[in-house]
Amino acid sequence: MTEIPTSRHSAFQVLTGLFSLPVGARIGVGPMIAAVILVAIVLASIFAPWYVPYDPLAMDAMSRLKPPSEAHLLGTDPYGRDTFSRVMTGGRVSLLIGVGAAVVSVAVGLMIGLVAGFFRAADGVIMRIMDSLMAIPAILLAIALVALNGPSLSSVIIAITVPEVPRVVRLVRSVVLSAREEPYVEAAIALGSSMPKILIQHLMPNTFAPLIVQGTYICASAILIEAILSFLGAGVSTEIPTWGNIMAEGRTYFQIKPGLIFWPGFLLSLCILAINLLGDTARDLLDPRMKKREG
Amino acid sequence: MFLYILKRVLATIPVMVIVAIFVFLLLRLTPGDPAAILAGDAATPAQLERIRDRLGLNDPLITQFFTWMGQLLRGDLGTSLLSNTSVSGMLADRLGPTINIAVMTIVISVALAVPMGVIAAWRHRTWVDFLVMSFSVLGFSVPVFVIGYILIQIFAIELRWVPVQGYADPSAGFGAFFSRAILPSLTLATIYIALIARMTRASMLEVLGEDYIRTARAKGVRENVVLFRHALRNAAVPILTIIGTGFALLISGVVVTESVFNIPGIGRLTVDAILARDYPVIQAMILLTAGIYVFVNLIVDVSYSFFDPRIRY
Repeated sequence: MTEIPTSRHSAFQVLTGLFSLPVGARIGVGPMIAAVILVAIVLASIFAPWYVPYDPLAMDAMSRLKPPSEAHLLGTDPYGRDTFSRVMTGGRVSLLIGVGAAVVSVAVGLMIGLVAGFFRAADGVIMRIMDSLMAIPAILLAIALVALNGPSLSSVIIAITVPEVPRVVRLVRSVVLSAREEPYVEAAIALGSSMPKILIQHLMPNTFAPLIVQGTYICASAILIEAILSFLGAGVSTEIPTWGNIMAEGRTYFQIKPGLIFWPGFLLSLCILAINLLGDTARDLLDPRMKKREG
Repeated sequence: MFLYILKRVLATIPVMVIVAIFVFLLLRLTPGDPAAILAGDAATPAQLERIRDRLGLNDPLITQFFTWMGQLLRGDLGTSLLSNTSVSGMLADRLGPTINIAVMTIVISVALAVPMGVIAAWRHRTWVDFLVMSFSVLGFSVPVFVIGYILIQIFAIELRWVPVQGYADPSAGFGAFFSRAILPSLTLATIYIALIARMTRASMLEVLGEDYIRTARAKGVRENVVLFRHALRNAAVPILTIIGTGFALLISGVVVTESVFNIPGIGRLTVDAILARDYPVIQAMILLTAGIYVFVNLIVDVSYSFFDPRIRY
């Protein structure tokens, strides 16, 4: 259903109204652009090794810190490596960390949250622990974890996951708490369904919609945290280019060659912006109550 | 009221104890020899033994725990592996710049974000609203250090209005302090402004739909009074909550911003500690920041009744 723009709508909304598609729900032009950008970045990153002109790790002492030219689209870094090749390849690992952290934290948070929501006895203890974990700033906790486990890809994913888990647990728990009062759950309990069956078959599906939304946000924040960890020297080792550690290496040369920070920073911000916008859209579609509140 | 405050203060104790236990276990339960991890690959057996001895890793776990808790309660955060000085002393030396920048950031954020959110809600669905929301989404998406470098590029390198990096204490003159602190504060404030403006807008939108707002307007109360006295006060509780929980973002941002702008605060101390794997310092920073976070949120909880007298304890 397309709404007819009235005088109370802004130009922006008239525009989104005109471009909206009748695909079950209205999706504005903003999220559409976001989706296109995100798909483009993801594809460009996945297929980077096949089209980038240089090996992202190949050093060339003769062409250090070169400005953008035909040979080097975005110039070169202090080791003579091609910035364009590095930035495009770097997206692969950054996105992998984002998706990996989102999947792991949602999976772990779902399990703990189901238990906390369903078993009163476990609830108090689990939630106290989660509250305490949430009091530790995510970056510092991640830093400590990487410092102890070494700068490998998996330890960075774990480091980003641990601070996110309590947020997922809280969400799942609140959904389960309200769902378990529903008549169909009480009926299942009364009929003597087994505990795992109630949890997985009746309660878990309620959490999927909010978890998809939460997962998108975690993915965006994981990409951001990876960049910050690398920037602080607690990220993935520099042999694997990521958006974060390309920027980290560019720090020292910032005044001579700001592109080393701005290009990966630009792609990363664009990517996070797109993911966040899509997350907002998914939330509005899945939970109309929120849309009303946010206007 | 007093009873409520007392109850809230007591409730923070288990939280801090669990944080402390967690930090304690973090090092001890790491797979492998923690001493070897901290010392790096090139460590000699003598160095390893020194670290084990320093961190008390040779004792049984339970003894270690009580020794450690005992030291914590006496305010002893251990000794730096790198500089051999007490960690609490190091933190105390570096706290000043961080607090100054943080206070400036909070003042800037609240002073800009609350009016932004109020106006966006007031002019709901107009270009002003759209602009505020765009800024808000953007603020969440750009890494804090990229914002820092963009600000440096524009205001320090192109326009030459302020120095690129560095820090001056307010005692050296307000101008010197301000010109060096303004860019880091703005950098840190960006995400905080985004967060607070968004919440202010959402909360104001809800309140502006209430009957008493219509009544106030009908009896001819001036619009700015309606907005700021009638509506904002009732919209304050969620805004305060987000200022409190957003404090975690601020703390994380401090670590990054201080190394971008070369400010000798506790954030820089942490980064230096990461590079040197100086675990006692990292551990102390976690405890300190968790403590600050819990304390700020305690204050926020208690201040609810000041803004909304309907909330009684």
